[in-house]
Amino acid sequence: MRRSVFTGALLMALGFGIAEPGAGRGNFTVSAQQKAETAEVKIDNFSFGPTELTVSAGTTVTWINRDDIPHTVVSTDKVFKSKVLDTDDKFSFTFSKPGTYPYFCSIHPKMTGKVIVQ
Amino acid sequence: MAGRKKDEIIHDHNGDGIDRRGFLKCMAWAGTGAFCVMKGGVLRSYSLSRISEISTADIMGELSFAQISDSHMGFNKPANPDVAGTLKAAVEKINGLTAAPEFLLHTGDISHLSKPEEFDTVEQILKDAKPKEVFYVPGEHDVLNDDGKQFLERYGKMSKGGGWYSFDKKGVHFIGLANVLNLKAGGLGTLGLEQLEWMEDDVKHLKHSTPIVIFAHIPLWSVYPEWGWGTEDSAQALAYLKKFGSVTVLNGHIHQTMQKVEGNVTFHTAASTAFPQPAPGRADSPGPMKVPAEKLKSVLGITDVNYVQGKHALAVVDSSLA
Repeated sequence: MRRSVFTGALLMALGFGIAEPGAGRGNFTVSAQQKAETAEVKIDNFSFGPTELTVSAGTTVTWINRDDIPHTVVSTDKVFKSKVLDTDDKFSFTFSKPGTYPYFCSIHPKMTGKVIVQ
Repeated sequence: MAGRKKDEIIHDHNGDGIDRRGFLKCMAWAGTGAFCVMKGGVLRSYSLSRISEISTADIMGELSFAQISDSHMGFNKPANPDVAGTLKAAVEKINGLTAAPEFLLHTGDISHLSKPEEFDTVEQILKDAKPKEVFYVPGEHDVLNDDGKQFLERYGKMSKGGGWYSFDKKGVHFIGLANVLNLKAGGLGTLGLEQLEWMEDDVKHLKHSTPIVIFAHIPLWSVYPEWGWGTEDSAQALAYLKKFGSVTVLNGHIHQTMQKVEGNVTFHTAASTAFPQPAPGRADSPGPMKVPAEKLKSVLGITDVNYVQGKHALAVVDSSLA
């Protein structure tokens, strides 16, 4: 128990937090035993790359803003929501449940992407 | 100088790729805004960067004001490492006008990251402007992280809901609209039902001869929807204005000047005081452009509309200084 609380707190401290309190809290299920998988989405030239990313459940996806303009990563279904990301800022979210997670940049809503969790 | 390329950096003290000459080049294109003068119900708009070339008679009218836009205070990338300096330059140009404008309109993106100190800096710089009254509408960079709460606390005293309001100056009715909140995935700027209903009611009692000036951040016409340069429900807003003879729409957001005339409505977008953006579709994305000043006019795609006679009693004019 202690460990999982600590891991949760650590993840929050690392910027895994979500703007809406409580939302998606159940997704923080990465334990020390599980082999943590990671994937990256680059934000560049006003687009998410790859636009569509397929990962297995439990994967932590990190978005990194390589543009010289700020962007955000906001789930269309309000599952996750980043703060504004300036150049080189990152946002991570761990997908524990299979499903399709469409998202967009709330500043430039023409920028859309999708994470498919298997 | 032999062997030196034309744009080579000679003194790069800060290691940021910008020497003094490079900075002065930035200054040549930035620090821009528009001087607007209402004459017989007709709005004329002049670029501040060329205002010294026109005669005093041309800039005198019943009412004049200046529009500035997209200050992006806090931006510090190579496209313009000194956005405070270029905003100051805009203020100096406004203060140098023979006929001082009565007030300022700021069409949004005051700040770059919605940080309190960014708003503070802009307010501080604008205190040096001769016109003391400033009317703001929010840009998407001003409402980050808090859905516009901070913006409304600072500038929303006369506004309804999400930052919209109207006021009258010498018989001209001004309407400030907010179209940067609650943006939907894949969509454009949005006014929303509540704001549209308010606007319909706001103009209902006005005489048809009242000149109307609408100002909002994202263009209220489809400049380039592929880059999000338009507003989903602007057609509804404009439909409320059909009965009026003189309607002018002032926007920012696209960091370049453009004009379009549609019936009784003239649309203008103002340049940014911070950095330019590419013409629609001329680049992979609408990111900041890093261009030498001498090339800027061609990429900004400045369109000059000298005189347009509408079908109605009043005409709307946009003049360049060429």
